[in-house]
Amino acid sequence: MSALLEVRDVVHAFGGVRAVDGATLDVEAGSITGLIGPNGAGKSTLFNCISGFLRPQSGSVLLEGKRIEKSAPHRIAQDGLVRTFQTPHALTRMTVLENVMLAAPRNGGERLGRGLAPSARRRERAVRARAHELLELVTLDAHADALAGTLSGGQRKLLDLVRALMVEPRILLLDEPMAGVSPTLRVELLGHVLALRDRDGVTLLIVEHDLDFVMRASDRVIVMNDGQVIAQGAPDEVRADERVVDAYLGARHEVA
Amino acid sequence: MSLLEVNGLEAGYEDAVVLRGVSLHADAREIVAVIGPNGAGKSTMLKAVYGLVTRYAGSVRFAGEDVTGLRPDRLTRRGLNFVPQTENVFPSLTLSENVHVSALAVPKGERGAAVERVRELFPILAERPRQRAGTLSGGQRKLVALARALVTQPRLLLLDEPSAGLSPQAMETVFEKLVEINAIGVGVVMVEQNARRALALAHRGYVLDAGRNAIEGSGADLLRDPQVAELYLGGSRTTASSSNSTSTPSGMNPETK
Repeated sequence: MSALLEVRDVVHAFGGVRAVDGATLDVEAGSITGLIGPNGAGKSTLFNCISGFLRPQSGSVLLEGKRIEKSAPHRIAQDGLVRTFQTPHALTRMTVLENVMLAAPRNGGERLGRGLAPSARRRERAVRARAHELLELVTLDAHADALAGTLSGGQRKLLDLVRALMVEPRILLLDEPMAGVSPTLRVELLGHVLALRDRDGVTLLIVEHDLDFVMRASDRVIVMNDGQVIAQGAPDEVRADERVVDAYLGARHEVA
Repeated sequence: MSLLEVNGLEAGYEDAVVLRGVSLHADAREIVAVIGPNGAGKSTMLKAVYGLVTRYAGSVRFAGEDVTGLRPDRLTRRGLNFVPQTENVFPSLTLSENVHVSALAVPKGERGAAVERVRELFPILAERPRQRAGTLSGGQRKLVALARALVTQPRLLLLDEPSAGLSPQAMETVFEKLVEINAIGVGVVMVEQNARRALALAHRGYVLDAGRNAIEGSGADLLRDPQVAELYLGGSRTTASSSNSTSTPSGMNPETK
């Protein structure tokens, strides 16, 4: 396997605080990689550097060997790397379905007259069907015609996930997808995440504090602390690593 | 009679009715967990009790008085306070300033003592009084939010997902602090998605579903109830929170669903 995503010595500081301080990691094509670490370890800042929302002050980010650390977020998304946010960004005055359909790539509706062409209508039907399918996956289909603003906090997270999937990414970065999601749905989503890898060949990099989820979903787990990668390996190796227990898991988990 | 009594509460937002009749009660000696699916109305219930969303029907009684429709600041002065899930500290203010702003709800003569008390409960306040709250990690921020609520000398705290976004270690710190707060006589009603962990900690729990009461019981009973496990906890064993790994004999077993 080759690395689809390579992060090399990335540094990003806010004022005097080096949130990401020389982080280096690889994400293998077709794998699920869990990224864990204490609050403030730099995980979300690193996500921002990878997805173009922040420009690293030094270091490089390579997607399929091509440097992207200076590219704009929409370019990176067009290259197939899509991310979700900890705090969801729904368009609250549009319906749930509209939110999802808008996320479809190459949305032809913007060009005058094209909406009348039969091919455009066919395409819209396909987009609509796909949107319903994905909404059903996260139990939001019953809310398809409701305004996105009426969804609860947890439901908005799920909507964000569906919008990201609508883009049909090759590599998907999820920032705490399980926070605020009910335990029952977490079990279902675990199945869907595994299916994304196994059936659709999507590569995933997931920041998540629900360790049970991370350990069951991930092929590899990477641990960050103080802006750096302090450990990585198979889930069981990482869980047994003393530095990880000290920095992140806490004594309660030593027996686990 | 309980300290907090909520009866048949219906509430929502301009676009949608969310609560369709929820009743619950809580005492100052209790930790009460409220769990349920996404969109069940858990957060809306807290906000409706605390006067933050429109109430259509039902009543809220606190300390024997009808407080239905009372403004949040009045409720705070009566001893009922609320900690939102996010935006619960002033990021640009220092820790000391954050606590002092909240202490304004306390009568002048008692402020000094109230601040001193939370300083003892939350060492971080004494250690870094001049640090801005916006530079704290998620777990530290949550502690400061709790301190801000506690300095108002509440008899009962409403907490919206206190563990959301926290690392396992930070989550433990926050939950341990809740037990400590409860031990000094402050009641806790918390909405949680880390449902097993919350029920393990709670004296009693409520399951809300589709804006209504579904099931209620002691935390231990709800954890043991196979129907609750199947419908609301994601199966018959640990799935939601890894922190259960020490409290559940099966631990993290990847085989079972």
